[in-house]
Amino acid sequence: MENLDNFRSEVKAWLDNNCPPSMRTGADPKTPHDEVWGGRKAEYKNPESKIWLDRMGEKGWTMPTVPKEYGGGGLSKEEVKVLNEEMFLIGAKTPLLSFGIWMLAPVLLEYGTEEQKKEHLPKIIKGEIRWCQGYSEPGSGSDLASLATKAEDKGDHFLVNGQKVWTSYADKADWIFALVRTGPLEPKHDGISFLLIDMETQGVSTKPITLISGKSPFCETFFDDVEVPKENIVGELNAGWTIAKKLLQHERTFISNFGLAAAAGSKKDLVTIAKKHFGEDAGKISNSFFRTEVADHKIKEHAFGLTLKRAGDEGGKASAVASMFKYYGTEHNKKRHELMISAMGKDGVAWDGDEFDQEDKNLTRSWLRTKGNSLEGGTSEVQLNVISKRVLGLPS
Amino acid sequence: MKLVLNEEQQFLKDTAKNFAEERTPINHFRNLRDAKDSLLWDKEIWDEMVKLGWAGILIPEEYGGSDFGITGMSVVLQECGKTLTPSPLLATAVLGAYAIKEFGTDEQKSKYLPLIADGEITTAVAFDESSHHDISNTELSAVEADGNFVLNGSKKLVVDGSSADVLIVLGRTSGAKGEMAGLSLFILESHTDGVSRAKLDMADSRNYANIEFNDVVVSPNALLGSREAGGEAMDHILDIGRIALSAEMLGNSEAAFSTTIDYLKERKQFGVLIGTFQALQHRAAEMFCEIELTKSSVMAAMQGADENSNQLQVLASLAKSISGDTLHLVSNEAIQMHGGIGVTDEYDLGFFLKRARVTEQIFGSVNFHKERYANLSGF
Repeated sequence: MENLDNFRSEVKAWLDNNCPPSMRTGADPKTPHDEVWGGRKAEYKNPESKIWLDRMGEKGWTMPTVPKEYGGGGLSKEEVKVLNEEMFLIGAKTPLLSFGIWMLAPVLLEYGTEEQKKEHLPKIIKGEIRWCQGYSEPGSGSDLASLATKAEDKGDHFLVNGQKVWTSYADKADWIFALVRTGPLEPKHDGISFLLIDMETQGVSTKPITLISGKSPFCETFFDDVEVPKENIVGELNAGWTIAKKLLQHERTFISNFGLAAAAGSKKDLVTIAKKHFGEDAGKISNSFFRTEVADHKIKEHAFGLTLKRAGDEGGKASAVASMFKYYGTEHNKKRHELMISAMGKDGVAWDGDEFDQEDKNLTRSWLRTKGNSLEGGTSEVQLNVISKRVLGLPS
Repeated sequence: MKLVLNEEQQFLKDTAKNFAEERTPINHFRNLRDAKDSLLWDKEIWDEMVKLGWAGILIPEEYGGSDFGITGMSVVLQECGKTLTPSPLLATAVLGAYAIKEFGTDEQKSKYLPLIADGEITTAVAFDESSHHDISNTELSAVEADGNFVLNGSKKLVVDGSSADVLIVLGRTSGAKGEMAGLSLFILESHTDGVSRAKLDMADSRNYANIEFNDVVVSPNALLGSREAGGEAMDHILDIGRIALSAEMLGNSEAAFSTTIDYLKERKQFGVLIGTFQALQHRAAEMFCEIELTKSSVMAAMQGADENSNQLQVLASLAKSISGDTLHLVSNEAIQMHGGIGVTDEYDLGFFLKRARVTEQIFGSVNFHKERYANLSGF
């Protein structure tokens, strides 16, 4: 306890000296706000974003529980809690958003070789290398294991040919972690490997995808005779599917939490919108039919939030629960946006131009974007399959 | 608030699970129904429950209880719900005991609580008077005369009303129908002159009565809690009852669901197990999610009640509405997925459906609690 108190004082002092003013709550609102994803191609409108990332990265506090030898903070769970609390107190911004941190690093820690951990983890933690995920292919959506991008053994390297789709931020990323077919003759799940590919290698190219919501982070990524060193394989040859599934759990939990966090943090509150556009009558939403829908929705939201909390209190359970959260969280988020659009009436489908508030236009885009939530990271139907089979044990 | 049971609560839940499986499997209830038993719960079973201390879970130790809390009480009901175990737990150990413990005078507590904890008396709480739950619609009059109160009026669908030794009655001492103000609670023996009870035969084969009060004279000592503050008191007592009942309903859902999943794994049609059909798999998976959400809501509500949360009303309405919605869904789907056997009397599933439609109504329906949730949440 005493050690923890000492640690708290150290953290407090360090943050005080090192967290730049514009990275804290209360910063001048005119300061440009960067979404910091790091990487070689990163551009910073606000130089303090970069300073904050470098300082936190140097401490290893972007991944505080990772051992110091891999560039992490080497902190205990209790110490991480203290760090989070102290950052929360001064309203410190998250220094780095990163697929490397959320998805790849946990996989490397579990399956990577010592060399891979030493090579890649520090760069992820410092935000020097930005990663993207190469999973889906044009012919392999829900049936991901049917993927066809092939990696042929050429002695000292793999020769990769094929195409990935829905690679978020591929055009901004430095490296990609990809699922490739290394065993064309094996059963489909047993011929897949998990491969790390430097996107500066000859033969890698990307092309952005425009969604119904307009611009999007998604890209297509092409591999045309790309030579990848053999040591870039993570785990055993043809054992990539196990790793892929593990990583999908991280992703699913992340996406479902994201939906709820978005609801909690959103400036656009369903009740506020409903009261504004329908009017209110003694504090109640005037349209009684719509009010019923809001009540239904709010009750489900409350119960879902409690379920996330319960899962945490129970110590976090198996993969199938991640499927439930992914399914419920994304369906709920879609419904919330449908209700907001509906509550706004004629103002709810504004697309562009000066006649509309920016916020209203943004809402239209967000609403359209939510349609992808229940597709990416495994569709709702795939999640229901996982629940049926892995939780309920229903036969195939 | 941690949404997990502590060790003692888990132990109590395990004990209740064993008890329900061994002493009161569903056939126990079936036999009572078939025998047209007048109590519709079993005196010997109740004695065993009392010996396990269940009648006194909400009663302070000084009055012979264990003061184990609402979470402990609720998990017992949840397990009882899995085998449709009928008992006076809800009306006596939850509503009666809580009402007296929370609002009784020292004298009332000393008089009644030890008797409840020892299983010497059962209680019933009488509040609703019309088709839909709404205590502000209370018309039963309680008029002061010669230093006493005279009760006139009638109460509808009183749980355990046909057999309870002691009644707690919500009456109107002032104001008019539709007002929450002007209500008072009274506690009296059920054999008091002027009280007449009509036993009800409901679809779920439990113990209910309509109760008439004709010039029933009670002394001012019969007031439970402050005069004119009975509406709020009743609503608070009911919140505890709603939470405990939600736990029982969750148990009902869990059992009907698990029976259904077992059936999907053994029933063959078209030469394959019907559990291989995606049309059924996805509906089963959706029910699983709804049950998980219900578990969390009930857990939060019962823990909130034990921690005197200022969100108690919201949590009670959350729990009762979501457990009602879930049980409605599960009780219907369970039967549909079973096919023909599901609608036979020989099979147990129909009991869950019948019980579901009654519990969905008492202490406030799903709609009642959604409305209340919306009001409390400021929209």
